[in-house]
Amino acid sequence: MKLRQLESAMEDVEVFSDPKIALEQYPTLPHIAARSLYTIHTVYDDIESKSIADLGVGCGALSIGAMLLGSSYNVGFDIDEDALEIAQRNCDDFELDMDFIHIDVQDSDAFAGFHKKFDTVLLNPPFGTKNNAGIDMVFLQRAIELSRNAVYSLHKTSTRKHIEKKAKGWGMKMEVVAELRFNIPNMYSFHKKQSADVEVDLLRFTFAPVKASA
Amino acid sequence: MKLITHNMLQCHAKNCTKDNFPLKIEASEVAEQETEFNPEFIRRMLGRLEWKAFVSAAESLGIMGLPTEAPAESTEDEELLQLIHTALLEKQVIEGALTCNNCGHVYRVKKSIPDMRLQEDEV
Repeated sequence: MKLRQLESAMEDVEVFSDPKIALEQYPTLPHIAARSLYTIHTVYDDIESKSIADLGVGCGALSIGAMLLGSSYNVGFDIDEDALEIAQRNCDDFELDMDFIHIDVQDSDAFAGFHKKFDTVLLNPPFGTKNNAGIDMVFLQRAIELSRNAVYSLHKTSTRKHIEKKAKGWGMKMEVVAELRFNIPNMYSFHKKQSADVEVDLLRFTFAPVKASA
Repeated sequence: MKLITHNMLQCHAKNCTKDNFPLKIEASEVAEQETEFNPEFIRRMLGRLEWKAFVSAAESLGIMGLPTEAPAESTEDEELLQLIHTALLEKQVIEGALTCNNCGHVYRVKKSIPDMRLQEDEV
């Protein structure tokens, strides 16, 4: 599948009809989702025939794109029943089949059985603004626990240094795969501008090789 | 919910840490959704599955004939891999309940989605 086809498919993914501010629900825009997934697939081969978890799956854009690129097994995790319903409807429309779990990503105990079960973990986490400071890091930590191979996550470029430090502490290697522009349309009443461009990094996390002792 | 997913679900209610896996399936509606058979993927999953839990879950949904021990990842037995594929990825619980053998906590499956959230007083 070509990037253009993937992006055009992503445009058919239905988004939140009534986004919840407390959950910082922003749809993963078609061009962001398509470009990110295409790179993950063509440069790193972390999608085809892989098992993939999507943390905070929302309306399912990242998972649907991954399935279109040939992933073998997908699970989407989300706390919001309405989002899960939209995601499931999107899968039906695309005639794609994945599993969903209604779960709180912040509840670490609930995820114990999933540790190290997925080849690749994808996430477009809440950015951790407003009253959710730090939630992006909670999502990222959970993603790393679930992964055997690689985690791909979208974060504000302004938090890159902070994340890199955290990742190092967790024994992870972080690389910036792409710098993207995330246009957040004026969805909530507290948004003063018509829309705002946010600079976003697509980050890749892998397990740093354990150094052999001399 | 597919059985590959069920194979990772465990009870996490307060103080429930022993014998909290696997959750017993009581399905009131099941379905079968045909998906592409990828033997390489199934082989790769063999080592990751809790095999006994998988076999008993499959049997509870009427899928018989799985061996008591997980086959080696090098297996060439296509017929067996196809059976595992069907049990793991095609059979689905649409409506039902998942019950913990230890504490009896019940997690509901609605429209194929297991609800793994706990109430405030359960965590």
